[in-house]
Amino acid sequence: MAEINRLTKDSGFKVVGTRPPRPDGIDKVTGKAKFGADMFAPGMLVGKILRSPHPHAKIRSIDASRAEALHGVKAVVTAADFAEKVPRSHQATLHNIMAHGKALYEGHAVAAVAAIDNATAKKALSLIEVDYEPLPFVIDVEDAIAEDAPLVHEGMITRGMDPKPEKPSNIESACEFGHGDLDAGFAAADIVLEREFRTEASHQGYIEPHACLANYSDDGNSELWCCTQGHFLVRDTTAPLLGIPVSKLRVTASEIGGGFGGKTVIYLEPVALALSRKSGRPVKMVMTRDEVFRATGPTSSSYMNVKIGITKDGRITAADALLFYQSGCYGGFIAQLGAMSAFACYGLDAVRSRGREVVTNRPMQASYRAPGAPIINFAVESLLDELAREINMDPIEFRLKNAAREGDRSSYGPVYDQIGMVRTLETARDHPHYSSPVPAGQGRGVAAGFWFNFGGLTAISLNVNSDGTVTVSVGRPDIGGSRAAMCQMAAEELGIPYENVRCIIADTSSLGFNDTTDGSRTTFANGLAIIEAARAAIKNMCGRAAKMWGIPEDAVAWEDGCAKPSGPNAGDFDPMPISEIARKAPNTGGPIAGHYEVNADGAGVSFGVHIADVSVDAETGRTTVHRYTVVQDAGKAVHPSYVEGQYQGGAVQGIGWALNEGYFYGKDGKMENPGFLDYRMPVASDLPMIEAAIIEIPNKGHPYGVRGVGETSIVPPLATIGNAIRSATGVRMTEVPMSPPALLAQLDGFKQAAE
Amino acid sequence: MSRLQVNTTINGDEIDFLCDPGETLLDVLRNHLGLTGAKEGCGSGDCGACTVNLDGRIVCSCLVLAAEAEGSKIETIEGMADGAELHPLQRKFIEHAALQCGICTPGFLIASKALLERNPDPTETEVRYWLAGNLCRCTGYDKIVRAVMDAAAEMRAS
Repeated sequence: MAEINRLTKDSGFKVVGTRPPRPDGIDKVTGKAKFGADMFAPGMLVGKILRSPHPHAKIRSIDASRAEALHGVKAVVTAADFAEKVPRSHQATLHNIMAHGKALYEGHAVAAVAAIDNATAKKALSLIEVDYEPLPFVIDVEDAIAEDAPLVHEGMITRGMDPKPEKPSNIESACEFGHGDLDAGFAAADIVLEREFRTEASHQGYIEPHACLANYSDDGNSELWCCTQGHFLVRDTTAPLLGIPVSKLRVTASEIGGGFGGKTVIYLEPVALALSRKSGRPVKMVMTRDEVFRATGPTSSSYMNVKIGITKDGRITAADALLFYQSGCYGGFIAQLGAMSAFACYGLDAVRSRGREVVTNRPMQASYRAPGAPIINFAVESLLDELAREINMDPIEFRLKNAAREGDRSSYGPVYDQIGMVRTLETARDHPHYSSPVPAGQGRGVAAGFWFNFGGLTAISLNVNSDGTVTVSVGRPDIGGSRAAMCQMAAEELGIPYENVRCIIADTSSLGFNDTTDGSRTTFANGLAIIEAARAAIKNMCGRAAKMWGIPEDAVAWEDGCAKPSGPNAGDFDPMPISEIARKAPNTGGPIAGHYEVNADGAGVSFGVHIADVSVDAETGRTTVHRYTVVQDAGKAVHPSYVEGQYQGGAVQGIGWALNEGYFYGKDGKMENPGFLDYRMPVASDLPMIEAAIIEIPNKGHPYGVRGVGETSIVPPLATIGNAIRSATGVRMTEVPMSPPALLAQLDGFKQAAE
Repeated sequence: MSRLQVNTTINGDEIDFLCDPGETLLDVLRNHLGLTGAKEGCGSGDCGACTVNLDGRIVCSCLVLAAEAEGSKIETIEGMADGAELHPLQRKFIEHAALQCGICTPGFLIASKALLERNPDPTETEVRYWLAGNLCRCTGYDKIVRAVMDAAAEMRAS
């Protein structure tokens, strides 16, 4: 895809590819690591939010006078306490952090208080009088696109539709991707199948609720401490919402207790800072789990139609998908990513995917690990499984026959560069799991999946300390052990021990803008910037050695952490180690550093293939996963243990989504399962070990060939589990979650067969 | 509302504190005593991130009233290492990459230690069921289970 070729090393690694202990390990196993809620400040107040009890209501008035009069209450804020005008890109966030005239979902923030303690803050909330005018609401995607649906936003006309619709609707935007002649493709098919699929929303489920500590200062030293996937985004959003310049707010990212996309959205920070501004004191806010469920995340629910035609020998002739994604109360981009990724695993002559973002009275939608992709993947890979069954072809052979290859035009536009779809499928086919016989009473399923991976804005600073050790400052929170990989890449390039590199997450006042930790970008984009920064430092250090030796700079090479004379005119000098160069730096030009700023492209797509063996209890409809294997291309696995961890974690989130997780809404439009007891995520006893097979097909966009690895692993599990259930029971599930009651309702035939 | 005085032993130290009758043990550990290793993930006893050992029993400290801890011996994650020497479980969690974000880790460690005190040679299934009260959203549990089994093996050998 990318013309770019940065690949400089694909073998002979010394540090990259090893499994050293993570640099923050001891802090994390001893309880010392400071997460969002672990920070305290002198004179700190507790902030709490009053949330709408209605899924859709006009706010006629808010009377906070009784709350303000309560002893111990120091500030109350409402929409009036934020900037009136913000850039269009921040409009939804402004209206989401504090309802402006209308509450759009149950849990929408309406007002907030700061008080001396939690009990006082809670009491104050109960004293705020809000006069609501409840409005008709809509929760489910199919209801929202019905002709007579109540409108979430009056007068909203769909963007991206040609011709532009005249009538307002809940379809916020539309998109279309593809190429070729669909009619001809379907006409050439021997078999055409068309099915509808539905998925329920799932929450990212991070164990750490959103938390922050704000300290406003009129002289321009406002501070925010928060758990976020992107503190630069927090700063650049929060400052305009409060009407202050970006430079006057410094945001420090705490350790972050999981995010999975859910902490790319800003909820508390502007509210806490507004409360701090009004009260003149630091304000800490921590969400309850109930608030996390009612007011943050989740990803889309969906209604999809997919049609695919094949020849008898297993070649796909045409593929078409229409995706309606429930996009929360503001719409977004998740259906677009779903439509783009729908058929990306395959090289197709005729393909089309159309996405529709549908607004409802649910929380503002947030990204969730490979946002949009697992949803449509469930539909496409389930239908492909049915088609393979129609022609009695092995599902992996069927996919191999249609796999995207280098030079193929992807279904979303670009032409593929060096990609790993074929090798990923072959590795899965040859894996001991796939060649083992399916145990009695179980069924096996496979599915493939794709994710784009991203790069983006990156700024890195690398400093050589006086003893020759190195400190790397990065601008993206470490959400799953990435600091280890950062240290490894710096050590590799500099030729020094891993232990001699320290990586810190710098605050927003210390580095240039960095895009958020999402899009599987951190190890790719930080990594290439670290390597470039290290190269700049090496060049500088070679110059210092040349100066000391009195030889030309280009007669000095860098090897194994030392400057060495190189070439015919270099002269005979002993190699000078980094520690000596660093020690002498005061006399050779001062401190030694490297830095690099880039909008990193060339992230390199990745593919995964999953294999599952499951059994289904005919009495209860409960599915048990007995064996599960993930095969995925990492480009180059910098720290293989954490790459495996990404594969395993994504797979298990997908298994949870497939089998259990989902939102239940009452007829009153309120969420009925806002806790971990009723929103049941997988626990250890639900699962087997997750086998992780790493493939390495170097990404030319990175000096060491690294691809993102964080997201692809959640794409295939929904269909993998569905296909395994189909094998075990003969039942094709077209709705997620495939929970015991849902499965039981389809199992009558299976049950009789079992008897 | 008058505050209650509570006398406890926490990580071997005698600690007295004052608390409101409605405050949980987790509130006191985190907000009054500066022991923020125990985390509040749900406040309803479903996630296990606040797990501490109370008189030899693992409990969700978000479900224990602080006043109930009178006279108790409490062990938190801050007391698990012996000075600078990590407990084998702590070492094995790092070695096996059994944590990603690390928010659930203190709870898993406290729960795992209690398991190995009762059952030094657990099967994989026993480890999985013992830890079923602790949620981890990052790892898929694979590496956690391996770390616990490996720590158990090392502790049996020593």
